[in-house]
Amino acid sequence: MRKLWDFSGGIHPPQRKSQSNREPIRHAGLPPKLILPLQQHLGSPAETRVAVGDMVLKGDCLAAAIGTMGVPVHAPTSGKIEAMSRQPVPHPSGMVDWCVTLIPDGHDTWCERHPMPDYQHRQRSDVLARIRDAGVVGLGGAGFPTSIKLHPPERDKVETLILNGAECEPYITADDVLMRERAAEVVEGLNIMAWLLGPELCVIAVEDNKPEAIAALRSAAGDTLIEVVTIPTKYPSGGEKQLIQIVTGLEVPHGGIPADIGTMCQNVGTAVAVYRAIYHGEPLISRITSITGNAVAAPGNVEAYLGTPLEYLLAQASLQSDRLDRLILGGPMMGYTLQSALVPVIKTTNCVIAAARGELPEPPPEQPCIRCGACSEACPMELLPQQLFWYAKAEEFEKAEHQNLFDCIECGACSYVCPSSIPLVQYYRFAKGEIRAHNDEQLKSDRARERFEARQARLEREQAEKEARREQRARAAAEAQAKKAEQTDNGGQPLDDRSAKTAAVEAALARKEQKAGKAVSDARKAGGQTGTTHSPGNSGSSRI
Amino acid sequence: MWTGILVAVAVLFVLALIFGAILGYAAERFRVEGNPLVEQIDSLLPQTQCGQCGFPGCRPYAESIANGDAINRCPPGGEGTIKALADLLDIEPQPLNVEHGVEQEKRVAIIREDECIGCTKCIQACPVDAILGSAKHMHTVIESECTGCDLCVEPCPVDCIDMVTIAPEIRNWTWSPPGKSIIATDRQGATA
Repeated sequence: MRKLWDFSGGIHPPQRKSQSNREPIRHAGLPPKLILPLQQHLGSPAETRVAVGDMVLKGDCLAAAIGTMGVPVHAPTSGKIEAMSRQPVPHPSGMVDWCVTLIPDGHDTWCERHPMPDYQHRQRSDVLARIRDAGVVGLGGAGFPTSIKLHPPERDKVETLILNGAECEPYITADDVLMRERAAEVVEGLNIMAWLLGPELCVIAVEDNKPEAIAALRSAAGDTLIEVVTIPTKYPSGGEKQLIQIVTGLEVPHGGIPADIGTMCQNVGTAVAVYRAIYHGEPLISRITSITGNAVAAPGNVEAYLGTPLEYLLAQASLQSDRLDRLILGGPMMGYTLQSALVPVIKTTNCVIAAARGELPEPPPEQPCIRCGACSEACPMELLPQQLFWYAKAEEFEKAEHQNLFDCIECGACSYVCPSSIPLVQYYRFAKGEIRAHNDEQLKSDRARERFEARQARLEREQAEKEARREQRARAAAEAQAKKAEQTDNGGQPLDDRSAKTAAVEAALARKEQKAGKAVSDARKAGGQTGTTHSPGNSGSSRI
Repeated sequence: MWTGILVAVAVLFVLALIFGAILGYAAERFRVEGNPLVEQIDSLLPQTQCGQCGFPGCRPYAESIANGDAINRCPPGGEGTIKALADLLDIEPQPLNVEHGVEQEKRVAIIREDECIGCTKCIQACPVDAILGSAKHMHTVIESECTGCDLCVEPCPVDCIDMVTIAPEIRNWTWSPPGKSIIATDRQGATA
């Protein structure tokens, strides 16, 4: 048995997982239309590669990755592109974003797939490119592009690769059922990642409240070197930094990434997506989502195509609209209330809770902080939530930053334990947003200053050049004047303009006559052989 | 006794010379170019270069503030800039001087391109070179570089430039602070 460490703080909220993990994974089937947002990940939105009216096959690339942090979007089924428009997307703001709407044709015809089961004989960069082209992102929640994560900086050597199957947040069971039913795929996905990174240790960490998943993984891992580790149930043990601390005892430094201390965390769902991309050549077009809560009569886990409207999934799970209080996307701790059930499933949608009245009530009104310190005891990042709260509330963002506001993982443990029910996380999110907006503005104003100064410099340079040219002209004029004056002095007899011109004309005439005489004699010599000899008039006129 | 005093005086004199030389060298070696306060003030100003403060650009105004001018003349910066300046200079924040304008939402200039006659007047007016185009050809604004200073609107002979408020968008959205505290009975009233 492996030695495990503990992280400070943490809470034990009611699990409520048994609602949705009793049934096997159900396939949601084809909804009448699929709405595919161009940004389903962390990074720049994808750029469309199809036009309205195009027929696409299942797995075709609809939008290509832009920039290093880009991830493509693929067609989950065959059909026709109906529209490209702004539609509501799963986002706490409830705002609209650009989406491609696909109407399935019902045939579900695959495009040509290129599996790569012999990946071990390929270049690592080819395998990474395949993972990127398959649109794989972290399915645990953040949606970080997996191909980038699997390519850590040269200086960092990953020694411990941890597959995160903790799934510590209440209600969510998507990873649990995935590990039970697709343990072999999880292990194969882990093998691919391990081949890419060459770690010394591969660990699959699962909370001890999922015995079936642990048993399935143990039998799938067999006698390989993969260790399936059971960790105690405590929220938020599934947080990346917390899980690394539990397994290795190491802490990710402030502002660093796990690879800096030789570790990496990947979600179990991501491992399956990597497996499908490499062994079957299938892009990421579906995911497992928990549909749960007391307002649905048939809670469970569904494998839904990306783009499936939540309304469709909720109807399948027999949503009882009269009991519904609010819809929550994600878990009850870190999720947010949805404003519309029309939003689609995206790559990071792990859970939808249809909460009945009284199940997950809005917190009671905020009361004054009584400085009990319960939040600091619950904080898994060992921050001072109370200090952060004061600074965020007073909008003293610089001080909040000094208290390491950006180390906060927004797990919500502090708000959960707060006896005054202060929405602490919302204060931190507000402060983070303001600081980021301010930094962006500062960058923009710095650029404006640079452009302004460059323009000033250019205008000055142009002015100086103009001045230089003007001076040059003046000097040339003065020189000409001086020369003329000199000539006048040397000639003794002053020549006015008129007499100079007359002299020039006379000289020209003399030359012309001379030339004409020569031309005539030449023509005579030639004896009319060349009829096109230049006429004396021509040559003369060109001379003058 | 006199020798003792003389030695002491001589030693102090020599020490004073040595330290004076070191300080003199340091003053030359580590001399600060320009006024550092002006730099600090300039970095707090919004760099719209709009001239609403009455100075030809943000830097001249920063220099003027460093010389004791009022800090409330910058409408694009608004309350935030005044507060930051007051913090930096350790003086009382004043309300924005409305003679110079009022604080507005962030805006950008948009050229109605089919109406543009290609006169280049707006290009010459733009303090940050954010307008692209050439004589008798259509002009357009590089939105990401526009500071929303308004200076291009006035010179346009066909009035084809609009100042447009930047609409909230999903990518620039941020969390709002939690609502003001209410008591439970207020909420009952609100939901009833």
